[in-house]
Amino acid sequence: MSELRDLYQELIIDHSKKPRNFRVIEDATCKADGFNPLCGDKLRLYLKVDDEGVIRDAAFKGAGCAISTASASIMTSMLKNQTLDQARNLFEMFHQLVTRPNSELNPEHSGIGLGKMAVFAGVNEFPARVKCATLAWHTMKNALDGAEVEAHTE
Amino acid sequence: MSTSVANSVAILDVERLRQDFPALHQQVHGRPLAYLDNAASSQTPVQVIDAIRGFYERDRSNVHRGVHELSQRATQSYEQARIKVQRFLNAEALEEIIYVRGATEGINLVASSWGQANIKAGDEVLISALEHHSNIVPWQMLCQRTGAKLRVIPMNDAGDLRLDIYADMLSERVKLVAVNHVSNALGTVNPVKQMIAQAHAVGAIAMIDGAQAMPHMAVDVRDLDADFYVFSGHKVYGPTGIGVLYGKRALLEAMPPYQGGGDMIAYVTFEKTTYNELPYKFEAGTPNIADAIGLGAAIDYAQAVGMDAIAAYEASLLDYATEQVTALGGIRLVGTAQEKASVLSFIIGDVHAHDAGTILDREGIAVRAGHHCAQPVMDFYGVPATTRASFAFYNTREEVDALCRGLEKVKELFG
Repeated sequence: MSELRDLYQELIIDHSKKPRNFRVIEDATCKADGFNPLCGDKLRLYLKVDDEGVIRDAAFKGAGCAISTASASIMTSMLKNQTLDQARNLFEMFHQLVTRPNSELNPEHSGIGLGKMAVFAGVNEFPARVKCATLAWHTMKNALDGAEVEAHTE
Repeated sequence: MSTSVANSVAILDVERLRQDFPALHQQVHGRPLAYLDNAASSQTPVQVIDAIRGFYERDRSNVHRGVHELSQRATQSYEQARIKVQRFLNAEALEEIIYVRGATEGINLVASSWGQANIKAGDEVLISALEHHSNIVPWQMLCQRTGAKLRVIPMNDAGDLRLDIYADMLSERVKLVAVNHVSNALGTVNPVKQMIAQAHAVGAIAMIDGAQAMPHMAVDVRDLDADFYVFSGHKVYGPTGIGVLYGKRALLEAMPPYQGGGDMIAYVTFEKTTYNELPYKFEAGTPNIADAIGLGAAIDYAQAVGMDAIAAYEASLLDYATEQVTALGGIRLVGTAQEKASVLSFIIGDVHAHDAGTILDREGIAVRAGHHCAQPVMDFYGVPATTRASFAFYNTREEVDALCRGLEKVKELFG
């Protein structure tokens, strides 16, 4: 159970059951869709970016597993009041966190500065679930890049 | 439990049969493996592995070409396997057995070759709400190419096809009915014999996707009067990459080739090619010799165990699993058709199937979590995915009990 508890930490269970920012932003400045065709996880991400390039609001709607829902919930919470550059930096940190063995993590990115996303550190022990954790983040990156395409993390 | 069920359990010496399957005897994440993903792919007995090894170690060469000894042996084994398939299906003629990569390729062959020659704008192709993507997409592609209309036989909440509506949908416009024998997502056993007869009554032909039926029951294509029947070797204890298309000889003879190349020709000039006779007309290129031989060994194995004994044993195991999983509480069964085979598909409270699948995996229990390549079935039930346990004759009640303990863990973790 211990590895499972590493994956399904209380915070993840909590965010999956009561996702934060689970709503539509009517006056969003950018939107993007994420979809995992293999597992059927779907989400639509809404961002409201002001003239100074600061994310003032972030929200999502969709359906997915606990990992992808919690990831979207925590990500949208973290993005508020971040600049676009900071948001891209968070994407890189998250990607490293879930795809690299913990020993190889850049010390600058380990623990400190990760904030709530640190609860996803257990995901890299579950290779089949990395795509669940990263779906929201890839979707966010697409939204920032203004990409027309749907994000896939298969 | 009724006496008849208890008797059927005694039909198979499961502990002895399990010894034939090397992959079953391993630890996964420190727990004994309970392999309950047989609808995705079954395990392979050592007799099949030995047959493949025997080909590679002794007879490895090409078929239908050489005058030398090895090629003759390889050809003989390859064609012997075809005879085994013919008998397994009770097909009338050897020429009606076409080797393909799997059920999917068999369906694509029919859709491309028969479909292109026989389907035109205004015609209708009927499939069902229970189909796997592989029995949806080839017909969608055919209908897009030809202007024919694809119509879907609906199902009820239990996962039984609405045969009353099917009867109303049949008309002279319907040229083909393509349905599965057993649903991979729900386990529904469709009354295909009756459905084929109804199709024939309006002049349509019927193609049956038998991928999920062949491992679990005796299939007689002549009794069914199926025009085409497809299945995959890897679901019937055989190797991956080999499957079979059965087709009535008259239909196959009238069909144009599917792919061009070696083996499918009788005579070639740059101006004109004369095609080979059946079944080789549909087997272009060097075939999957080793796995065809492996499939023959798998059929020998299944027949030695006995398809009726397999069906009876699995029915009692599925009854047991259904009872035990239901008794846990908070679990919704998806698919409760009157007649089912092998499959228990369900949803655990509000837990997503992928989370359940990960937790079960850590307990050594292999199940499928997802849409089972049958997204329209998931849409029907309004769920993104289900957890699916699917059984073979080598599964045991102890493995069902392990599944139930795993499901308790899922509930505990998400409680």
